[in-house]
Amino acid sequence: MHALLSRLRYASVGAAVFLSGCNMEVLNPKGDIGADEKSLILIALGLMAIVAIPVIVMVLAFAWRYRASNKNATYAPTWAHSTRIEVVVWTIPAIIIAILAVITWRSSHTLDPYKPLESNAKPVTIQVVALDWKWLFVYPDYGVATVNEIAFPTDVPVNFQITSDSVMNAFFIPQLGSQIYAMAGMETKLHLIAREPGSYAGLSSNYSGEGFSDMHFQAIATSQDGFKDWIAKAKATPVVLNDETYQALAQKSMKVPVAYYGSVAPGLFGKVLNKYMDGMQHEGLPHEGPPHEGMSHEAMSMDMHHHADGDAMSSPITAAKAEK
Amino acid sequence: MFGKLTLEAIPFQEPIIMGTLAAVLLGGLGLLVLLTRMRMWGYLWSEWFTTVDHKKIGVMYVIVALVMLLRGFADAIMMRAQQAMASADAAGYLPPHHYDQIFTAHGVIMIFFVAMPLITGLMNLVVPLQIGARDVAYPFLNSLSFWLFVSGMVLVMMSMFVGDFAATGWLAYPPLSGLEYSPTVGVDYYIWALQLSGLGTTLSGINFIVTIMKMRAPGMSMMKMPVFTWTALITNILIVAAFPILTVTLVLLTADRYLDMHFFTNTLGGNAMMYVNLIWIWGHPEVYILVLPCFGAYSEIVATFSKKPLFGYTSMVYATAAIGVLSFLVWLHHFFTMGSGANVNAFFGIMTMIISVPTGVKLFNWLFTMYRGRVEMSVPMLWTIGFMITFVVGGVTGVLMAVPGADFVLHNSVFLIAHFHNVIIGGVVFGCMAAINFWFPKAFGFRLNERWGKASFWCWLVGFYVAFVPLYILGLKGMTRRMNHYANPEWRPYLVVALVGAVIIAMGIFFTVLQLYVSVRDRKKLTDPSGDPWGGRTLEWSISSPAPFYNFALVPRIAELDQFWEDKQNGVAYVQPAKYEDIHMPRNTGVGVYMGAFGTVLGFALVWHIWWLAAIGLLGMIGSFIARAYDQDVDYWVPAAEVEKLERSRLAKLQQLHTTQVVPVAPSRQKVA
Repeated sequence: MHALLSRLRYASVGAAVFLSGCNMEVLNPKGDIGADEKSLILIALGLMAIVAIPVIVMVLAFAWRYRASNKNATYAPTWAHSTRIEVVVWTIPAIIIAILAVITWRSSHTLDPYKPLESNAKPVTIQVVALDWKWLFVYPDYGVATVNEIAFPTDVPVNFQITSDSVMNAFFIPQLGSQIYAMAGMETKLHLIAREPGSYAGLSSNYSGEGFSDMHFQAIATSQDGFKDWIAKAKATPVVLNDETYQALAQKSMKVPVAYYGSVAPGLFGKVLNKYMDGMQHEGLPHEGPPHEGMSHEAMSMDMHHHADGDAMSSPITAAKAEK
Repeated sequence: MFGKLTLEAIPFQEPIIMGTLAAVLLGGLGLLVLLTRMRMWGYLWSEWFTTVDHKKIGVMYVIVALVMLLRGFADAIMMRAQQAMASADAAGYLPPHHYDQIFTAHGVIMIFFVAMPLITGLMNLVVPLQIGARDVAYPFLNSLSFWLFVSGMVLVMMSMFVGDFAATGWLAYPPLSGLEYSPTVGVDYYIWALQLSGLGTTLSGINFIVTIMKMRAPGMSMMKMPVFTWTALITNILIVAAFPILTVTLVLLTADRYLDMHFFTNTLGGNAMMYVNLIWIWGHPEVYILVLPCFGAYSEIVATFSKKPLFGYTSMVYATAAIGVLSFLVWLHHFFTMGSGANVNAFFGIMTMIISVPTGVKLFNWLFTMYRGRVEMSVPMLWTIGFMITFVVGGVTGVLMAVPGADFVLHNSVFLIAHFHNVIIGGVVFGCMAAINFWFPKAFGFRLNERWGKASFWCWLVGFYVAFVPLYILGLKGMTRRMNHYANPEWRPYLVVALVGAVIIAMGIFFTVLQLYVSVRDRKKLTDPSGDPWGGRTLEWSISSPAPFYNFALVPRIAELDQFWEDKQNGVAYVQPAKYEDIHMPRNTGVGVYMGAFGTVLGFALVWHIWWLAAIGLLGMIGSFIARAYDQDVDYWVPAAEVEKLERSRLAKLQQLHTTQVVPVAPSRQKVA
């Protein structure tokens, strides 16, 4: 099947060439997840083309050939059943869907946004809070925070922990791959990796109200040194993100410029998560410390699914790539 | 006294809205004066507003739908214009507050107040005629359904001028649609408009299921039902199964907004994910509710104009039923990106793909109906061929997004927008246009003009591709939906092309209006004297055009799938019976209109928290209904002599035609009309 699949991939190169002529970010990925998703799109399109293109051709050909004015064409005014044709039209689509179903099952597991990426490099963790209408990013390991800009080294997995302190949004960097919803009181997870340095557009892909259109950010993939410099620049900013400044930031605002916070009150992300759970939400962030952050973190993360460790399906991305 | 309603609710500061209001007021006033001058009110009231005749109710649904299409399309072209302008973070001409209402209204109007009434109207017009019935099972309920739908529509239209409409997207996801983030009345208008019209839809679903199950002509077993009736049956089963979910979901949202409950709020244990699940458990079957009757219409059209029976009737029926069942098992594919696990996502992805198998079978069946036929390129057939090609593209992009891994980068992008417009325009709009052209003679007695019908088709077809191929590309360029403005200037050329496409579609709509005008003007020339303008196969074509108010003088006996076609082959299609019988008919009633009017009052009062007025509205609805329940004068008999007079004049007309042959009374086949 893999030979067939790789052939299909080449078969859709024609389409890809046409499409890449327009420079499509989603089909021009800069990281592993995006690259896998791109080939998944092309494979699926190629498989479906096996049925779709003949059908379109047949519609046009039949309509032309059997037009009323063409008296040369055979006319079978009572013919309305053929077991052979029925078998074919049920079977061929069913086979293609069966193949696609296998691909879907496998890829849903390999591309699961919650699945950590396998890499020798130590991942960078970025905590993401969707606010009205900007993105707050916290780097817990570095004690810095930013608004509407992130940076991370290339070839290093980035673990995003995502929530919202308002309505639902979706966190999406098209050129790196998958998006995931940001929801209040819940933590969703996303794992991405960039392979090429660059500054990639990020956005909210779930409408969230008046200021939604300006809820975009830059995701800078850079070298290790570049990342260190970027962190140093953030650290040098003499602004602290604590409860007070957070409250100010969380107010509704639009077209918010990039901002850096040189230090962050520890446990801020956990508190944002918690505030919708402890019934004292109107006071904002009531507790000085996060008394049960660890516990609530576990309890509230969107682990609706349990990764079956050792399951063949959950083979890491890198392994999946090698397989192909 | 007036709840939250003050004069400030009228958006005087918005020139676009005020201009529209002025145009609506002037136009409405002009129409009132014109109707009064022509002394039309009595006629409209007694013949149309109070009618319980399924054909007239069907026609009213379609007329309202076409008017609302103009409103929904005005929204569409305003959005396209805004996005064509608002590049590189330019503001465009619509501020977010207004723009957000427009895209919400566009979706709500196009689905609930254009597509739904179009298919409901077509089912009303066609189903009783196809099964040899004299009306639907509950004619008064049918009238009530229509007027409840109208009351919902009135609320949506009012929201433009008094207060505002929801700015939440057409499914009003909480927490955004909750009181905390949407404190104005917009979402309340949304809720009550949908509740009123949704109630009408549910009632009409029940009505049609009973009609189809209980009122078929003798001999018409399930597997001898015309395909359109089959699709209507499945659609109404889906309505009855799915719409209560919408009702309950909106009730819970209402409780959040009015009673300080916390079903879907961020706080106090509310869970917005529950709303998203529930709304899509209704929402996905909803798209099949819309498209299945259109599949039925295509089936009738492709068989009629290929001069052949439909290929694979049985597998068509099973495919329809399979789609109906599967449509309830795929809802989660609307939010793969919510963070369900890989197993859940994969399950719903695969279920979604499985639907493409029966859908693909349908396409092949239409294809092989054309095979070895004599395909007449009439207007309905052009729409059908346009559909077959366009729908394949829409199906491919749909299955693509059913793969969770692909959806992770395509979800909520304008690629998704292009996909569902591809299937809704290519499937539902094309289908309704085909069906309107096909069944128009049966409603009005004359055909629609071919030339402008074809012009409309080509504009819609070309316009669709010009408008939505750029959106497919933009989706792959990472543009997301519902943007008021955007930073990336590279997107602009595509959006300008998309605007051009929308303008081409506008021409298509204009040509449809022109087609209606020209056809009414030339109605003598386009008249359909035989009642069978296309060489039809099913029962509706056996009676005169327009259909007599009692539909069938004698209830037909059915032995074959395409009974009328068989009868024509055997030369017994038009038989003069030995004697006619009295016909039992339901009497017109204004109660549906009153209940709809009280419903509007109720909805408006609830929107503005005017509780005394709400009480009047509710009591008025209940009171009207009780009054109706005590009304004994709900039916009457058409004497056999009157039926005979009408039928004899029709048979006399038929005898003058060369194309039909009227058989004098044949005792053995007396029952076959």
